[in-house]
Amino acid sequence: MLKSPTVELTIPVLPDMELAATKTAEVVAKHMDLDDEQTAEISMALIEACLNAFEHSKSKEQVEIHFKIQDDRLIIQVTDKGKGFDKSKVEIPNIDEKFGSDRKRGWGLKLIEELMDRVTFESSEEGTTVTMTKRK
Amino acid sequence: MADFSLKSRDEGDIVVIETDGYLNNLGGEEVAKACYERIDEGRTKFLLNLENSKVVNSIGVSILIEIIEKLQDVDGKLAYYNLAPIVEKTFSIMGLTKYSSIYASEAEAIENMA
Repeated sequence: MLKSPTVELTIPVLPDMELAATKTAEVVAKHMDLDDEQTAEISMALIEACLNAFEHSKSKEQVEIHFKIQDDRLIIQVTDKGKGFDKSKVEIPNIDEKFGSDRKRGWGLKLIEELMDRVTFESSEEGTTVTMTKRK
Repeated sequence: MADFSLKSRDEGDIVVIETDGYLNNLGGEEVAKACYERIDEGRTKFLLNLENSKVVNSIGVSILIEIIEKLQDVDGKLAYYNLAPIVEKTFSIMGLTKYSSIYASEAEAIENMA
């Protein structure tokens, strides 16, 4: 058996294609015996990571997703070929400040960080990879 | 694209909206349209049954924040019931529970919104 089996998925930047990624996540989570709560958290974080890749990258390229299965954890990497972003400049959203503001959106990174155990970002002018880890 | 539909009915002075499908930007906009039409008719209490919307995204939920803001102008209320655990957790992380209410059942919601 492979030391860290990996499932690779490529999705086009099209409406609702993030749901194709969650279907794969559900199969991988079941293989790892993750519980329903963990699986739902992974799916929600993955939806948000895909939406960020679709919308924030301004890229028409496809989005690549790698699910790396390790003994005690699942590592998911979502990679786009967009223009990148500076995470230090992303404001942490607060619902109190959303009222009266034209911009109600901007919750993706907060949700990803709250729902996963570890999240890291690598971003350059050639693209962004978000790496999300869920421990068993 | 994922299908989304909704049904609306009145329970006294409460408008109950039952959604079915992925609550994304399009689903959220449909919910907002249904709410705004009834707000224009003078209705101020809205209850969403999300039993059949077990998948949401932050864009769809952000539109619920717009509905809450609109309801604040008319001293109205937005509440929900039959939420999947991950949907309830998402609402909590985004802070919706500070400005709207989650109930376990329609009966409990109606009793508390009266």
